[in-house]
Amino acid sequence: MKKLLFAMIGALSFSTGALAQTDAVKLAGEVKLEKVVVVDGAEKVTLVEPTVVVPGDRLLFSTRYENSGALSAENVVVTNPLPGAVALANDSAAGLSVSVDGGKNFSQLASLTVADGKGGMRAAQAADVTHVRWVLATVAPGAKGTLTYHAVVR
Amino acid sequence: MKTACRPFPALRAALLGLAISTALPTAAHATGVAAGTLIENTASATYTSGSSTGSVTSNTVTVRVDELLDVAVAGLAATPVATGSTAVALPYQITNTGNGPEAFNLVTNPVVAGNEFDAVVQSIAVDTNGNGVYDPGTDQILPVGTPTAAIAPDASLTVFVLVTLPAGATDGDTSQIRLTAEAVTGTGPAGTTFAGQGVGGGDAVVGTSGGRDDGLDAIIASLATVSLAKSAAIADPFGGTESVPGAIITYSLVASVTGTGSASGLRITDVIPAGTTYQAGTLRLEGAPLTDAADADAGTGSASGIDVLVGTVPGGASRTVQFNVRIN
Repeated sequence: MKKLLFAMIGALSFSTGALAQTDAVKLAGEVKLEKVVVVDGAEKVTLVEPTVVVPGDRLLFSTRYENSGALSAENVVVTNPLPGAVALANDSAAGLSVSVDGGKNFSQLASLTVADGKGGMRAAQAADVTHVRWVLATVAPGAKGTLTYHAVVR
Repeated sequence: MKTACRPFPALRAALLGLAISTALPTAAHATGVAAGTLIENTASATYTSGSSTGSVTSNTVTVRVDELLDVAVAGLAATPVATGSTAVALPYQITNTGNGPEAFNLVTNPVVAGNEFDAVVQSIAVDTNGNGVYDPGTDQILPVGTPTAAIAPDASLTVFVLVTLPAGATDGDTSQIRLTAEAVTGTGPAGTTFAGQGVGGGDAVVGTSGGRDDGLDAIIASLATVSLAKSAAIADPFGGTESVPGAIITYSLVASVTGTGSASGLRITDVIPAGTTYQAGTLRLEGAPLTDAADADAGTGSASGIDVLVGTVPGGASRTVQFNVRIN
């Protein structure tokens, strides 16, 4: 059964009409499932369509961006709320700007704390992350790239 | 699809306590996201371009969480259950460690390596009232070949395997009884997929347990052996011990119970020897007189014999019955 559903939520049609500008920057999301296969005794990670996904599986979420406008885009801030059913993978947490408070504040994970449930605070873990964010200073016309994070199904 | 409608904030709050468990992608999660949950990911961006600002949202990609088939079975009897002449109920706990509601087929096996005897399995009962104790008549017997009702993810069901001792079991010997639970949807090596058989039409995937697990409880035979010894003491009319007419014989019947169990319903009977006459009012149990009549006390005595219902006697104890006859 095909379970990858693409609900095109206005990716192309959602115009910032008031500014009378066609979207210069476009985003396209994708998700893959990481499968570890053993080839000649060595473990190899492959990316497959997420047709069968269970708790503990590792997913790769990617967002492709492209500036299809004529002007360069400055200060491009791409924000991705994490689906509640996944936890940010530890290896992804290290290099990303993340939020553990629902997107209010962003920083490196190591500098963030969360309530420990006993009246105090504790160091934030990758699984506490609610949002990830990328900031691109400039995306020139025609430039494109892919932003990714790994997450583990809770 | 019900689970898919669960709002994510609630789910998230429920799962916050599990922060550390995500490090190993292949590890079995005792608690996993409910089968049928939709994982929906959307990114958005803001930017400036020339003098204007823009914002854009990506498409949403959606993945449905499939059903993981996992189970854990544990025997709950901390020590071997003493088993005598009646059936005992051995408690086992079946925990659905998968992420979707699942029913399980139960299979018992009394043949376990190391057993000193193999118990006789009578039936399996579900702890219907959930009190952890087998209540005959209340806790429903699970017919052979019938699976349990569906167990919710992370929920447990207690069942009782009712067993009896086989003929020939020796007091003090022990035996283990294995209970195996298998996911009704299917079992197999981890990763085996049953297409379309998961929650909400998703797939069902066998987890690290293989979709099956077993647990052991043990019983110890608690039996009693009764031996009866009869002795006689003679007192003749002349102050001696000759068995002459008129001499009184005092018979002593000693029932000794050995073993870890107890003898229940122990009854001692004897006939009056030919050529002798029962001496009325001489029947005694443990030295205490019993009336000859069939009444509230434990014994009766008459010309045809004596009959004493001793009752339950624990292992290591003995009971002595005495009565007198006169040589004709």
